[in-house]
Amino acid sequence: MELLQQVMQQLVNGISLGSIYALIALGYTMIYGIIKLINFAHGDIYMVGAYIGFFAITQAHLSIVPSLLISLVVTGFLGMVVERLAYKPLRHAPRISVLITAIGVSFFLEYTTMYFVSPTPRTFPAMFGDVAVNIAGIVINGQQMLILGITAVLMVVLTYIVQKTKTGKAMRAASFDTETAQLMGIDSDRIISLTFGIGSALAAVAGVLVGVYYNSIDPLMGIMPGMKAFVAAVLGGIGILPGAVVGGLILGIVEALVSGFISSTFRDAAAFAILILVLLVRPAGIFGKDTKEKV
Amino acid sequence: MAKPMLKIDDINVYYGAIHALKGISLEVDEGEIVTLIGANGAGKSTTLRTISGLLKPKTGAIEFQGQNIAGVPAHEIVKRGISQVPEGRRIFAEMTVMENLDLGAFTRKDKDGIAADLRHVFELFPRLEERRDQVAGTLSGGEQQMLAMGRALMSRPKLLLLDEPSMGLAPLLIREIFNIIVNINKSGTTVLLVEQNANMALSIASRAYVLETGRITLSGPAAELAASEEVKKAYLGG
Repeated sequence: MELLQQVMQQLVNGISLGSIYALIALGYTMIYGIIKLINFAHGDIYMVGAYIGFFAITQAHLSIVPSLLISLVVTGFLGMVVERLAYKPLRHAPRISVLITAIGVSFFLEYTTMYFVSPTPRTFPAMFGDVAVNIAGIVINGQQMLILGITAVLMVVLTYIVQKTKTGKAMRAASFDTETAQLMGIDSDRIISLTFGIGSALAAVAGVLVGVYYNSIDPLMGIMPGMKAFVAAVLGGIGILPGAVVGGLILGIVEALVSGFISSTFRDAAAFAILILVLLVRPAGIFGKDTKEKV
Repeated sequence: MAKPMLKIDDINVYYGAIHALKGISLEVDEGEIVTLIGANGAGKSTTLRTISGLLKPKTGAIEFQGQNIAGVPAHEIVKRGISQVPEGRRIFAEMTVMENLDLGAFTRKDKDGIAADLRHVFELFPRLEERRDQVAGTLSGGEQQMLAMGRALMSRPKLLLLDEPSMGLAPLLIREIFNIIVNINKSGTTVLLVEQNANMALSIASRAYVLETGRITLSGPAAELAASEEVKKAYLGG
């Protein structure tokens, strides 16, 4: 009975962490879907989002929701600026050039941030510390409720945009076949820019939520979650939106179970073991289409 | 004589270092079906892709209804009234038939007009209406061709560019598709048709151009070309 309770508790922790991975992984997968770029700067966009939220809370003394919104808008805009300046000029360049540029953008964001805010970690103000619900011995604390609630809202909004709006339809079309989308009258540059905006906005929210959850942010905080979100996107099938969410949740749960029952030292190893396993067993990911698979 | 609807004047198009179109000129008058025939790799698709704005000519002019459109981006060309059915159909396979048709009308906002054109497309292709909620990738080859044509018509084009509509289809189906092309033309849409199936293409076109390795080598009334020994030998199998 006690074991079951512990497992359930780790599941709650894992889903919270996994929601964060899912939010970051969505941006990875959307951007990959449309320009086939593994945007290695995506984790750093998430970091910038965390800082914007941090300053909105500590300097402008805003509460969490307005801070999230400010971070979402500003970081989304930053993502579009990065795309315009760094990636758009390389639209017809070989993919490896764009990939190397992404690594450059990643360093640029990390060390520019460090220059302006110093490398010292900042302490996020404690929030919702005294809120918690206890269901049959399983504790869901305030920060976790915030994470789950905000993530759920964003997923619904994103699904609506992608499935129901004209712009979403254009995004799906451009992601499937950019050239034919252009023949329909879709301005692919605009759609690519918008995709970077939405993906970056989601990462920004994840950054602020992580600040609230772990209370600490620093200019290099994006590296590890960025890699993990990449693993999550590959696990779900890169380019596939529900895949990013499921991949993120699985990764979060596995990490929580490993830290809860084995040792938190192996947490990161578990994440990358998953990547190796996926690449060996099912390279297309959970939702990916098998190109050629013979039994 | 009225000015031609489409006038291509001496365009040169390159794929990197490859000189794909070497000074091509051609004209399409309003209401016509004009066909561009030639072997694989002659530059037929390149010509259509350049008109659509997917490729930019290095030199030369493309005039559509009196305006130069060379170098105008593809998504703007659609708004001017040119729509292309690309080679290999290129339907959005993961979306439904209806979503594909909606995307065809992407640039339009006139709801009543779109609804009328949808009815028109369903009249031309009743099978699309039966399968409107089906995922497009599950359609047969012929149905996919119909969808690609219906999708192109949803922008209500003045000029329809068709790239190899007969590709990979059974003879009976090819006949059906070509009958529909004639119907589309009769209801007021000008057609520029690229085909390897020269026989079929010449049978419905009023005029034709023959393209060989990036150059136009012959042109004239379709019936005349169909009768010429040169064309017969090279493209009509005898």
